[in-house]
Amino acid sequence: MESNLITEDKQKNKLEKAFEILKTMASKPSGLIGLTIVLFHVILALISPYIAPYDYKAISPNTMLLAPSAEHWFGTDSLGRDVFTRTILGGRTALTVTFFGSLIALLWGGLLGIFCGLVGGKIDDVVMRVVDAFLSIPWILAMLLIVSLLGTSTEVLIPALGFFYGKGIVRVARAATHDVIAKDFIVSARARGHSNMSIIWNEIIPNVRDAILVEGAMRWSWMLLGFSSLSFLGFGVSPPTPDWGLMISNARGLMSFAYWSVIAPIVGLSSLIIGINLTADAFAKALGIDRSTKAPV
Amino acid sequence: MNEIIESVKNLSIGFNSQKGKQISILRNVSTNIKKGETVGIVGESGSGKSTLALAMMGYIKQGLFPLKGECLFKSKDLLKMSSRQLEKIRGRKIAMIPQNAGQALTPNLKIGYQIDEALKLHTDLNKTERDKKISELLNKVRLPSPETMAFRYPHELSGGQQQRVAVAMALAGKPDLLLLDEPTTGLDVTTQAHVLELLRFIAKDTGTSMIYVSHDLGAIAQVSDRIVVMYAGEIVLEGPARKILKEPIHPYTYGLLKSIPKLSLAGLPASMPGSQPQPGSINEGCSFYDRCNLATDNCKKNSPDLEHIKELDTNVRCFNYKELINQNNNLQTSITKKSNNSEANEVLKLKDVSISYAKQKFFDQLLNKISDQNPTVKDINIDIKKGETIALVGESGSGKSTILKSIAGLLKTKDGQIKFENDRILSSDLKMRNPNDLRAIQLIFQNPDESLNPNHTVEQILSQPLKLYFNLSGEELKKNIIDLLKKVRLGEFYMSRYPRQLSGGEKQRVAVARAFAAKPDIILCDEVTSALDVSVQAAVLNLLQQLKEDLGTTYVFVSHDLAVVRAISDRVAVLYQGRLCEIGPSQNVYKFPSHPYTEVLLGAVLEPDPDIKPKLVAEDIVEEKPPEKGCSFQGRCPRKIGDICNLEVPPWQIGENGNAIRCHINIDELASLQQ
Repeated sequence: MESNLITEDKQKNKLEKAFEILKTMASKPSGLIGLTIVLFHVILALISPYIAPYDYKAISPNTMLLAPSAEHWFGTDSLGRDVFTRTILGGRTALTVTFFGSLIALLWGGLLGIFCGLVGGKIDDVVMRVVDAFLSIPWILAMLLIVSLLGTSTEVLIPALGFFYGKGIVRVARAATHDVIAKDFIVSARARGHSNMSIIWNEIIPNVRDAILVEGAMRWSWMLLGFSSLSFLGFGVSPPTPDWGLMISNARGLMSFAYWSVIAPIVGLSSLIIGINLTADAFAKALGIDRSTKAPV
Repeated sequence: MNEIIESVKNLSIGFNSQKGKQISILRNVSTNIKKGETVGIVGESGSGKSTLALAMMGYIKQGLFPLKGECLFKSKDLLKMSSRQLEKIRGRKIAMIPQNAGQALTPNLKIGYQIDEALKLHTDLNKTERDKKISELLNKVRLPSPETMAFRYPHELSGGQQQRVAVAMALAGKPDLLLLDEPTTGLDVTTQAHVLELLRFIAKDTGTSMIYVSHDLGAIAQVSDRIVVMYAGEIVLEGPARKILKEPIHPYTYGLLKSIPKLSLAGLPASMPGSQPQPGSINEGCSFYDRCNLATDNCKKNSPDLEHIKELDTNVRCFNYKELINQNNNLQTSITKKSNNSEANEVLKLKDVSISYAKQKFFDQLLNKISDQNPTVKDINIDIKKGETIALVGESGSGKSTILKSIAGLLKTKDGQIKFENDRILSSDLKMRNPNDLRAIQLIFQNPDESLNPNHTVEQILSQPLKLYFNLSGEELKKNIIDLLKKVRLGEFYMSRYPRQLSGGEKQRVAVARAFAAKPDIILCDEVTSALDVSVQAAVLNLLQQLKEDLGTTYVFVSHDLAVVRAISDRVAVLYQGRLCEIGPSQNVYKFPSHPYTEVLLGAVLEPDPDIKPKLVAEDIVEEKPPEKGCSFQGRCPRKIGDICNLEVPPWQIGENGNAIRCHINIDELASLQQ
């Protein structure tokens, strides 16, 4: 009898595993920075309503376009609102909308991709051509159409963004499924007569989950940029709700003499995007999926 | 002749573990390679044989580093050389032939060009001289029509031809030492025998020293003058090939030789218990202690040194080797297996089964025309009795796995029927089969790494069939899983393990347990032992036989290895290009008269015995497609009698001992020809 070869590798429960992955992510500087930034933004989004020094919608003609000072740390905008207050509040909608949007994208994109990869044949052909057709439509135009028809509420934005950003995930999930589909354990499950659903759930998802999650994390940062672009164009969050895209849009005409009103939201938005990107990369590495294209030697 | 060209002295190679511990993969290895000598390094996977061979050309894999010792090539230490100095030695003085030549050749450069590159690098010849040299080299490795061969691309060559090209490239720099890392492992039996014959010829012809690394004692026996046996990073036995193979005086080598199935022996080979220790897990005592039946308390505490025994010209690392010196007659024994009841009913019938991979063209489909007149597998008629083990044997492309897949329902048959129990026709579409039929036929795959879901624990893996077929859950499910693990001799604690935490043999046991979980009537075994080490292979074969005797299961056993088939099967069907050549009780198929193809296969089997040389009767051509008319073996048959072989499908003839042969030559005549 073969004796127990591995004694060190103890069984870990899921929580410990997640903690282990976080630890691996934080062990490299880029991962640590990414995690810190994301964590900072999430915490800020949670507590900002309680720490905001001013009312975000209080218009005051007396304090229009003031430069940064001890009273107004980031200055004030053209309506006399405190830029610091609006900046720390400005990520809340974006974070919520894109977080749930990515979840929806992951769910439908991932499942459809896995399904297509598994069944193949004509169904796969048809679905993939439809996805290709959608990929060829400029998403921002389509989004504008949807938003102008249905309004800009979060109930519309979340599923709409989720739909448009899920198309790419379909391809990734399908490719990841193709990687495992030819393996004997799937053939074995088929020969035993398991249903497609059972094969997807038991055999495929555990093996493609990591690749799809990483892709989802990357999509999140893209979606954030997309959402801010919508706001910038005036189709995202409606005023007076503070939002980075909207703030940049409002202040861009004043950039030459009131730079503060535009810099703060830009820093907020780009730092969050960079943070998510770094985190996604570290996440991929911690899971053993190397996205960089380094030569093996 | 006695000049030493490379000598390894006290070499240890290791790596640092994550916990900062130094773990050695090679431990204190010393050996010498003499001029003109072929040394075989043999060991199971993980024994450090490749690490040693690569160190001999000054190459150490990334992450590893030498801990101590040296590798002297012509009294210069390769491990201390700069990469510039090594460049001058590699290719010119030491050349390497890789395992998979198909991957080692650049796919989009012509063969001639690639050899020319090697010549440019290692010689000072001019263009015309080089061109001459290329055809000379191609001629030397016996490739057909060397002039045109130089203008072919690697993919236009068969596996054996690619390996020959790799040999030609290695010879381009006229090296003093050739390093061969499992050069014939991926090849078909007949091709393997041809390549080995070529290597032996080249060693003799050019006087090049060779280091031949392999896990296959059969191949090593054919080429080596001297054999080095590695175990857990140490040399455990070293000496002249004949001595090592005929009178092994180390218990590991002894057990290894016993666990190889042999053509001359019916019955199963004895298995060696346990598996090789992981690097770093041995702290004191002999590394073979756990598996040794000669072990004493002394072996547990003290590690034996490599001792030179003058009268045998052998180095051995064992305290108790003397007990083995006169025991060697026992090498030729095997475990007899219970033969099945031949009166039993037929459980599975293949009737005129044909399978085609060609897709029907759209118009042919409309006109309901059958487009492929020459399917991959054609006219297979086999009746399988309950409780027997029937083996399908053939080289790659013989259609043996294809037939297995169609029985499992994974491939649709084009023609014919598969009948199961009382002549009930099984649908060729998996989805149309009823759940009970699906349960009754189970599959075990070649490679357990791929057949077990890496993200499932053993418990999850085994619960899949139990949940699906028997709707078990909770305590009952757990009890059944423990029972299954017990059946395949694994403890309860394996339940929470992942496949990556198991050794190859343990993984295959789990795969066997999963197949038996369904309480099947028939188990289809697809090359189940070919990914395993020899000693583990014997254990798995014994396990399969034991389970069959206990549970009365029927096996359809696919393999390319005639010796393994001889050991396990009751009946053998020999296939060539998807057509049956011969079928009969296994003890008779291995006797003459037999089909010319069986004869070729039997001749090419490599036995771990330097006295049994393979007989090369047919060319090792690879045929892409079965011939449209006549006998399937017409292209390679050494006994072809004329046009009749090309035009007519040969009739079945039944020999006096019950094996059926499909040949145009009269069976009695065949018998006298093969004497």
